[in-house]
Amino acid sequence: MEMNQYLTMFIDESREHLQTMNENLLELENNPDDIDIVHNIFRSAHTLKGMSATMGFEDLASLTHEMENVLDLVRNGKLKMDTDITDVLFQCFDSLEAMVEDIANGGSGQLDVSETVQTLKAIMSGDFKGSSREAQTSPAQPSQANRTSSLTLDQYQLTVLKQSLESGHRVYWIQVVIDANCVLKAARAYMVFNALEQVSEIVHSSPSVEEIEQEKFDDRFSVFVVTQQEPDAIRERIMSVSEIAQTEVAEMDEARLQEWNNEAETVKEAVKSEQPDQAKGTGEPVKKEKKPDRAAAGGQVSRTIRVDLDRLDQLMNLLSELLIDRVRLESLAEEIKNYDLIETVEHLVRVSTDLQNIVLKLRMVPVEAVFNRFPRMVRDIARSLNKKVNLVITGAETELDRTVIDEIGDPLVHLLRNSLDHGLESPEERKRAGKEETGNIYLRAFHSGNHVFIEIEDDGRGIDRDKVLQSAVKKNLIDESEGEQMSDVEVFNLLFSSGFSTAEKISDLSGRGVGLDVVKSKITALGGQVSVHSQKGIGTRFTVQLPLTLSIISAMLIRLGEEKYAIPLSSIVETAIMMRDEIRLVHGMQMISYRDHIIPIVSLKEVLECPDTGEAEQDEMNVVIIRKGEKLAALIVDELIGQQEIVLKSLGPYLSRTFAISGATILGDGQVALIIDTNSLVK
Amino acid sequence: MAEELKVIVFSLGSETYGVEVGQVRSIERMMPMTRVPKTPAFVKGVIQLRGSVVPVIDLRGRFGLEETEYTDNTRIIIVSINDMEVGLIVDNATDVIDIDEDRIEDPPEIVGGIKAKYLRGVAKLDDDRLIVLLNLVEVLNKDEIVQLEQMEEA
Repeated sequence: MEMNQYLTMFIDESREHLQTMNENLLELENNPDDIDIVHNIFRSAHTLKGMSATMGFEDLASLTHEMENVLDLVRNGKLKMDTDITDVLFQCFDSLEAMVEDIANGGSGQLDVSETVQTLKAIMSGDFKGSSREAQTSPAQPSQANRTSSLTLDQYQLTVLKQSLESGHRVYWIQVVIDANCVLKAARAYMVFNALEQVSEIVHSSPSVEEIEQEKFDDRFSVFVVTQQEPDAIRERIMSVSEIAQTEVAEMDEARLQEWNNEAETVKEAVKSEQPDQAKGTGEPVKKEKKPDRAAAGGQVSRTIRVDLDRLDQLMNLLSELLIDRVRLESLAEEIKNYDLIETVEHLVRVSTDLQNIVLKLRMVPVEAVFNRFPRMVRDIARSLNKKVNLVITGAETELDRTVIDEIGDPLVHLLRNSLDHGLESPEERKRAGKEETGNIYLRAFHSGNHVFIEIEDDGRGIDRDKVLQSAVKKNLIDESEGEQMSDVEVFNLLFSSGFSTAEKISDLSGRGVGLDVVKSKITALGGQVSVHSQKGIGTRFTVQLPLTLSIISAMLIRLGEEKYAIPLSSIVETAIMMRDEIRLVHGMQMISYRDHIIPIVSLKEVLECPDTGEAEQDEMNVVIIRKGEKLAALIVDELIGQQEIVLKSLGPYLSRTFAISGATILGDGQVALIIDTNSLVK
Repeated sequence: MAEELKVIVFSLGSETYGVEVGQVRSIERMMPMTRVPKTPAFVKGVIQLRGSVVPVIDLRGRFGLEETEYTDNTRIIIVSINDMEVGLIVDNATDVIDIDEDRIEDPPEIVGGIKAKYLRGVAKLDDDRLIVLLNLVEVLNKDEIVQLEQMEEA
């Protein structure tokens, strides 16, 4: 089992809890009577215990466990806080910190904490410095430090065992050692218990069943069982559970039982009597001596820090401002032509580019966050449709801007449902077509340039061109003659027109004609594109192209008369020079021939109603070829200024619905340039 | 004692107007603007203000008054209503004064060619000056712009 991915999180959270613990301890020292503070420390210790036990850091878990016991007494008013206890708690805290740091540095987090544990136990049992607390009744929970010897039986258990012996049953003491490489120790232990329970009665176990369930034991545990079976049979049963390294089965009679308990008591007494001395002599904790060689192990764990999203957004905004100034500095330096200035600005450009990359990366989240819920969803839908499907996800680690992640879920759900509902055939149909009964849906994400692609591909029946055309004609989206001339791609794109649905049967999933057009508008709103490829009988693939980020884009700056505009590079196919006399009139529309295609050509100046500057029309025109889906168009501009990274700014709510303008950016000279929404220029 | 209202005083033609200080972000001198195509004529364009892009409208044009040449006294009052920042071009911005709420009266049907719905009220000052307080929410009402656009297109 891969624990590494949780390790970073564990370390971060542990540090957080230690921090809280430290603060609270300091506060507690000043207000020893404040139970609320004790509560806080208790909570931190408790969480730490749980986390470290889960992660398998035994020493950490056992120390926090003992701390918890002491704190529990304090918060229940059974123990009065004094400076000595605070000292011990601080000492625990130091050890905990050392262990966590050791883990962070790639160590195993092992530390001899038995001394501190003993001190804590001494406090619990009231022996510590003759504390005024009345003697505690139940013995301290056995910890790993003295795991086997502390298997003490209480009076009741002893009686049960003795009675069992008298009634002719056999009593065994069994110690099970689990393989050191076992990851799910608790599960193995549970299997052992299960095996034993089938043939015997478990009277007592050490550590307790709860502790074993929470994996709070090292590699071994022991139990007392009552049974009729032979020792070998018992051993065999236990060894049949895998990953058990060793089993010891000892038969007990009455005398040995008594002896056993006495022995355990003596051990406990001995431990107790030693403690006061140890507690007083706690000059230097053991961990100090062991630390250096652990630190040398080196930091292998990547360190993370959790940051408020608002702060990241703020950082992003500040960076945008910086980029605006950078562009301004660049043009200033060009004007002034001072060598030193140019050099400095160049350096600034490099640094700020790196900075921009880092900040953008900070906002990136793996698409996993969205993909995670799909397997379950696909399973459920497939079941309701009586289809068999195998979802294959690849590239879940591909990262996308958080804003895009938040928005992309719904469109993807729609596309997946679409594939399940319309794409994949029923098992019978698949069989008839000579395919495997189980269909496949591939969900892929990958990077390419400044874009992230998400593909949803099925190996279903593919899109039926004729059916799409029929449906489109029926819905008056196109007329028949138009349809015959359309390429497959154009036909498939009809699926994205609003009010279109090919499903003959309307299901509750999709097929109400509100689907793909919504998907398309959502993706377009994110600055992305969606396209579809399909082969009849083989399958369909939807490709969603998304920008890496939404706030900084590459754009081509152009001039129209005295005005400057930006055209997003993502929608530009290329720039070219064309001759004005090549423009032809087709059906009253200006068209031009471009790479074997006749495409519409428009004068941006006319569309945007630029004031006439009296610039003479030349024979040669600068044109920008833009693309909207599969359609191309040429835009006439006065000048191509160049490519630039621009920071997107909104025009604000007052001008939110302006024709052909998607936003604005601030140029180096402080002027605002509008960003052209090319999609609205291509019909 | 009635509440006092702090207003920024500006003029359009011969009339004096006021907007509440709380709605004003700043007052700027005229600066170069970027024209925004296909917007009503009174939308003069957008300006860059401390890193953000702010639309600017000519208040004269907005109220259907005759637009005049901009002078050294021309100011852009940047107001913020419902998170919407807009610059208003006015002939000049002269003063900040306190007005007794009690002195604000309902506006007459029309003041200096401006319809009552754009007005919040009229206040008479001690020196007998009249100040017309604008109802910016109505002045910047977007629905009306859409209607205006449709009228122009028709």
